[in-house]
Amino acid sequence: MTEKFDAIVVGAGMAGNAAALTMAKRGLKVLQLERGEYAGSKNVQGAILYAAQVEKLIPEFREDAPLERHLVEQRFWMMDDASHTGLHYRSEEFNEERPNRYTIIRSQFDRWFSKHVQQAGAIVLTETTAVELLQDPRGRVIGVRTDRAQGDVLADVVILAEGVNGLLGTRAGLRERPTRENVALAVKEMHFLPRETIEARFNLKGDEGAVIEAAGTISRGMAGMGFIYTNRESISIGIGCIVSDLAKTGHSPYELLEAFKRHPSVAPLIEGSEVKEYAAHLIPEGGYKAVPKLCGDGWLVAGDAAQLNNAIHREGSNLALASGQMAGETVAELKGRGLEPTARNLALYRTRMMDSFVMQDLKKYKDMPALLHASAQNFFLTYPQLVSKAMQNFVRVDGTPKIEKERRTMKSFFAARSIGGLVGDAVRMARAWR
Amino acid sequence: MTKDVEVRVEDKLYQNRYRVDSGRSHITVTPHETPSAELLALVKLCPARCYELNGKGQVEVAHDGCMECGTCRVLAEGQGDITWTYPRGGYGVLFKFG
Repeated sequence: MTEKFDAIVVGAGMAGNAAALTMAKRGLKVLQLERGEYAGSKNVQGAILYAAQVEKLIPEFREDAPLERHLVEQRFWMMDDASHTGLHYRSEEFNEERPNRYTIIRSQFDRWFSKHVQQAGAIVLTETTAVELLQDPRGRVIGVRTDRAQGDVLADVVILAEGVNGLLGTRAGLRERPTRENVALAVKEMHFLPRETIEARFNLKGDEGAVIEAAGTISRGMAGMGFIYTNRESISIGIGCIVSDLAKTGHSPYELLEAFKRHPSVAPLIEGSEVKEYAAHLIPEGGYKAVPKLCGDGWLVAGDAAQLNNAIHREGSNLALASGQMAGETVAELKGRGLEPTARNLALYRTRMMDSFVMQDLKKYKDMPALLHASAQNFFLTYPQLVSKAMQNFVRVDGTPKIEKERRTMKSFFAARSIGGLVGDAVRMARAWR
Repeated sequence: MTKDVEVRVEDKLYQNRYRVDSGRSHITVTPHETPSAELLALVKLCPARCYELNGKGQVEVAHDGCMECGTCRVLAEGQGDITWTYPRGGYGVLFKFG
């Protein structure tokens, strides 16, 4: 292949598809490389899709996108071994004409997304692994080497949307490999049930959906989260923990998942289901401080490859869509103005990112990952146990005077964390949130 | 929840779709006498249980069930315990749902 493209996009996940679509729509000659059998076959997510960002790319997406359920209820569970304390938010206002959040199944959604990319004029080459970046003697990225025969392809600019485990950028020294403290390993299963069963168990009607995010003793003192998402005829259930914690403690991810599934609060929800897939994936959790250099001579990086994930609001693919679109717009704009994609000109991408919600949100929570990680024992083990004990003490009626019950509850908190510890945790949390 | 539950990972992987590139492993373990802490951790940590201890106490890898998550790359590639690359285009795990 000797022809030269305006841009090559590496990867056909959310970031890559957003970038390729944006550039193709503006008339650029785009080549997209995907190592899977089809776009989506290597991609894994929970998965929740936020509509606003998709609407910017494909306004009429609701007409034919493979969406599972629109979410009307969000549950947060704080768990100990026998109980959960829940905060549930459900609103009829989520039953709106243009719902805000949907559950999706990634391999299906990405395939649909890719069809739009191709219709816009991009060439999508699947079953093609990009193995390294081609650089000129001065280090400028000029193309990609693939594993096909005569597999070098040239372009003015390369957008790296190669995912959390992307190899090209790290091989070329453009960014570091993610550290074990900055990624979580999540495992997930797809449990199939008749849709009426799911609707009855989660108190849903029609295409309404619910999600449960759970933290507590399920992660055994490690920084981690469990999740349960309702799809039309299946339930995605999974758990993720920071890799350095897993390595230190020696817990196996599949054992954590199995224990989560058997928890008395969870087991009835998935009882009798048929498991059709088991998946594993890394999630960027380092936040603002883990974001690498976003662009340079002839290249840009977007999505998980750039560690873009707002862990507090579960916005991984959302930031991927936004960053992919901004990367695509930047490249198209430079092309339109007849400007070379040099490091200096591409810095426009960084400026756009910094001015957008993507980097502003990550900046807001910049101290959160370190706090949760350093205080994992307290936040994921001690507090959930204490809260559970306090709740039980509150609801169980046994003839003990209430004043005595309250005294016992307070005592258990002080014994576990001391007044200084409690106040310190509260202050640190408030600061990291601000 | 301190008790660990017995899990048969091979039963889980059986549900998945793979196109295995036989004889061409995308992961290799560097020959060693005694494994590093990271290599040992992978025996427990790898979600597909690709890493196992052999009779001599060394860590070996079998790539067939790999879900290409990259956990082993994050932990052990930097210090040279393993090499990690993507399978050839079209090979490896093919998620039905993802």
